Amino acid sequence: MNYAKIDPNLCKGCRVCINSCPKHCILLGDSINEIGYQYAQFVPGSPCTACGICFYVCPEFGAVTVFKDEEDANG
Amino acid sequence: MIKHAKSKALYDTFERKGTGQKVSHYCPGCGHGTVHNLIAEALVDLGITDRTVFMSPVGCSVFAYYYFDVGNFQCAHGRAPAVATGVRRVLENAVVISYQGDGDLAGIGTAEILHAANRGENITVFFVNNAIYGMTGGQMAPTTLVGQKTLTTPAGRSLTRDGGPIGMAEVMNALKTPVYIERVSLGTPQGVMKTRKAVKRGLSYQVEKRGFSFVEILSPCPINWKMDPGSSRKWITEHLEPVFPVQKFRDVQSGTAAPEVPKQPKVLKGKALLKMLQGESAITELTESAMKEDQFVKIAGFGGQGVLSAGMFLAKGAIAEGLNASWLPSYGPEMRGGKAYASVILSRKQIGSPVVEKPNVLLAMNLPSLLAFEEDVQPGGVILVNSSIIDRKVTRDDVTALYVPASDIAKSGGLIAASNMVMLTVYLAYTGTLQVETIKKMIPQNVKRKEHVEKNLAIVDASIAYLKEQGLLKT
Repeated sequence: MNYAKIDPNLCKGCRVCINSCPKHCILLGDSINEIGYQYAQFVPGSPCTACGICFYVCPEFGAVTVFKDEEDANG
Repeated sequence: MIKHAKSKALYDTFERKGTGQKVSHYCPGCGHGTVHNLIAEALVDLGITDRTVFMSPVGCSVFAYYYFDVGNFQCAHGRAPAVATGVRRVLENAVVISYQGDGDLAGIGTAEILHAANRGENITVFFVNNAIYGMTGGQMAPTTLVGQKTLTTPAGRSLTRDGGPIGMAEVMNALKTPVYIERVSLGTPQGVMKTRKAVKRGLSYQVEKRGFSFVEILSPCPINWKMDPGSSRKWITEHLEPVFPVQKFRDVQSGTAAPEVPKQPKVLKGKALLKMLQGESAITELTESAMKEDQFVKIAGFGGQGVLSAGMFLAKGAIAEGLNASWLPSYGPEMRGGKAYASVILSRKQIGSPVVEKPNVLLAMNLPSLLAFEEDVQPGGVILVNSSIIDRKVTRDDVTALYVPASDIAKSGGLIAASNMVMLTVYLAYTGTLQVETIKKMIPQNVKRKEHVEKNLAIVDASIAYLKEQGLLKT
C-alpha cells in the first residue's frame, strides 16, 4: 500500500496538503499536537498513489514522508 | 520504500530555539517552507550541496541559515546580489544562491539586483514575491497590487499616489544578459510542481556556467493577507497571477536570447596578489621580517606633509615582507594644512581593529601632533620628533625620543615633500622593523611623480647616513 506519513508534531495544520491531495487521502484531526496545532492525518486505507503532491506543497520540513509500495513500484 | 522525504540538504534539527527543534519558524501555510524544500531537493539531486553558498536576505527568510546545511552569508537588506557577486568572483566552483523577498529585492535592493543581472553574474536568484513586506507586519511593497489593502495603504494602494506593482521578471527581461527568467506560482499544486522544475533549472544552468538565472515565485503570506492558507493560495491565482503573469520569459535553450556567458576573472592569490597590489619589484622574497614585536604606529602632522602616504607606504612595505598590516587614515576636510594622522598596525597575527589608541611608535611631524599624542605612547615606546620644525622636547622619560631634522634632510635632498620618507626610514632602520632595501624597492612603484624617484632614493640614503653619524644605527 502507498501511504503518506505525517509527523504529528511537525504539522501546523495549514491544510494545504488536505486541499491539494487529488485522492482526498488526508484529513484534519481533532487532537492538538505538542506545538499547539490540530494536525493533518493520513486516512489509513485511502487510495494514495504516492504522487508526492502533499510532500511538495507542505511548507514544513520533513512533516510529510511518502512511501510507495515496493510491488507497485516494480510492477 | 520511501519515495519523498525531507532533503539531506536541510539540517536534521534547527538549533534556533535550542536543541530538539524540528519545525520551521514560518507561519502555518507560508510559501517560504515550500520553496526551501524545493531548493533543498534540487541541491541534493544536482549533487551540489557541498559547494553551495546561500545568501540569506533580510525578511522572514533571514533564518535560512538555520535550515540549509550549506555555506551561508546573511546579507544587508537588499544587498544579497552584491554579496553573491563577491562570492562568485572568488569561489570559482561555488554554486551561489541569492534568495530574496519582494521588499528586499524589488524595493530596498533594486540597484543591486539590476546590476548583478546586467553583469550576467553566474548566480541563481530566487525571488519570493508575496506582494508585501512580510516580516515587519505587512506594509506596502513595490509589488503590492493597486487597490490592495496593507498596513500602510489601509484604503488600498493608489496608482497615482504610490505607483504600480513592479514586475521584476519583466524588468529582468529588459536586460540582455540573463539566460533564464521564469515566473512561477505556489497558488496550485500544479504550480508548485512547475516551481520545482524552475528551481532545478535555475540551479543547473549555474552549474553549467551559463550565467544569470532569475526565478520569481508568487508565494502566499496568509497571516499578513489576513486569510487562511487555502484562501491565500486561491488569492494568488485570482489576483496576483493576472498582474504577474506566470510564464517563462527567457530560456537560452529555447533560443529567445543567447548572450555570451560572462568570463569570470582569474582569482589572484599569494604572491601574484601581492604583485598586483605592490608592483613587482617591491616584492621581497617574503623572508621572515625582522620585526621584534607588533607595531602600533601613529603618524601625525599637517595635511600635505605626506602623513597618510607614509602610513600607506609603511603598511605596503610590511605586506611585502609577509606581515599583516592595517592602515586607518584620519584627516580633516582641508586639502592642505589641516591636521592629519594615520594609524598603522603591523603584526604577524591577524589584525582585528585597525584603531591605534596606545601607539608604541609615534612619528610626530609637527608640534600639535606631539602635544596631542605624546601622552598616549606606551611606556618603552619610541617617539620620533621632526626637530626641524618642533622646538619642544619630549617630556616623558619612559620612552625613547629621537630628534630627527627631517624637513632639513629632505630640503637638502632637493625635495622638502619627502620629510615623511626621512621619518619613515629613520624609524624603520632604527627599530629594524623592515629592511631599508624593501623601502627602496617600493619607491619606484609608489612615488607618483617619476622625476621624484631618484630624489626619494637619495633622501633615504641621506637618512641612513644621518643615523650613522649620530651613532644610532646598530650594524
